[in-house]
Amino acid sequence: MTEKNPLADPRLAAFEEKISNDQRIEPKDWMPDAFRKNVLRQMSQHAHSEVIGMQPEGNWITRAPTLYRKIVLLAKIQDEGGHGLYLYSAAETLGTSREEMVQALHDGKAKYASIFNYPSLTWADIGMIGWLVDGAAIVNQVSLQRTSYGPYSRAMIRICKEESFHQRQGYEATMVLARGSAEQKAMAQDSLNRWWWPSMMMFGPHDSESAHSGQSMKWKLKRESNDVLRQRFVDQTVPQAEFIGLKIPDPDLKWNEERGSYDFGEIDWDEFMQVISGNGPCNRQRLQHSIRAQEDGQWVRDAMHAYELKRQAREVA
Amino acid sequence: MNQHSLPLFEVFIRSKRGLDHRHVGSLHAEDPAQALDYARDVYLRRSEGVSVWVVRSSDITASQESDMASFCDPMDDKPYRHATHFKLPKEVDNM
Repeated sequence: MTEKNPLADPRLAAFEEKISNDQRIEPKDWMPDAFRKNVLRQMSQHAHSEVIGMQPEGNWITRAPTLYRKIVLLAKIQDEGGHGLYLYSAAETLGTSREEMVQALHDGKAKYASIFNYPSLTWADIGMIGWLVDGAAIVNQVSLQRTSYGPYSRAMIRICKEESFHQRQGYEATMVLARGSAEQKAMAQDSLNRWWWPSMMMFGPHDSESAHSGQSMKWKLKRESNDVLRQRFVDQTVPQAEFIGLKIPDPDLKWNEERGSYDFGEIDWDEFMQVISGNGPCNRQRLQHSIRAQEDGQWVRDAMHAYELKRQAREVA
Repeated sequence: MNQHSLPLFEVFIRSKRGLDHRHVGSLHAEDPAQALDYARDVYLRRSEGVSVWVVRSSDITASQESDMASFCDPMDDKPYRHATHFKLPKEVDNM
């Protein structure tokens, strides 16, 4: 059966009617293969991002400046692991297993947010990741609460409830540095200089260049375009930077009275392409660490499984 | 990665006494006891509830939305089952 002509397949017509009526698609509903592939790619990429994203922050747990900052950071990283689980579970409703998804990540076949291929060099980077990276993620995730795939939408609603703490703790940590000694302020500014552009890249290519955007918008998997979301992020973040006296590293940034928005400079798309194709500063390290963590935990899973088999055998006997 | 697939469990949480348990998500675990531990770690980090159920997903029998027409008659031809069907005089209409 062809999927081109809705008249040829009543299931496709029913699917498209649900989409146009703003209804959610649920796991057991019929859906076109391309929709299934597209939403699976998006959810698995999102899940991997949550899990890989724990690494640059984990780097600073043992070196957090105070016990308070350390417990906050631990709680945040624990949330990220939970967010990964919500998203993997949502993706599994499409019939792919957790093992397959993790294997695809470790084989380099599945992507994750390229921002996590940048290193966290100073303590200021932890505040910056919360403020900018989680800030950019929230802009995207708030929009995705209305995505057309039901399990994805519900995972996003749950994640957004928790994510606001992440951004606020990051901004607060940055604010403390920006109002501290000259060295502390310089450290915060240096960190902003390094994280600003990668954060801007998180929204992906321009709408005109984006490989999957058009179809995803048509299916309401994405509800707003990359450029619209990026503009929203800029407009909300610039005043926050000004408030704590940090300067966004973009000479072209200026308020556009007519648009009621900030104009900003062009992203270095060559750098973007380099990082997503595996040549960012930390790509190899992130994957190797993830593989090692998986392998190091194998004995725990083996032991739990052996115990379960023993328990079952005892029940039968 | 060499690993068998762990069974899937559905998680239900009662947010406070007097309310129903509500489905919140799912997770993999070896057995129900471990599923309960995982549910606590993942779904109850901010006092989201006072009670958790975990149920093996394979133990749930579900209807199909597409079969509802033949499976379940919505009884739309029996409007008298709804309170609004009965028109009462304005003097007693808050019944």
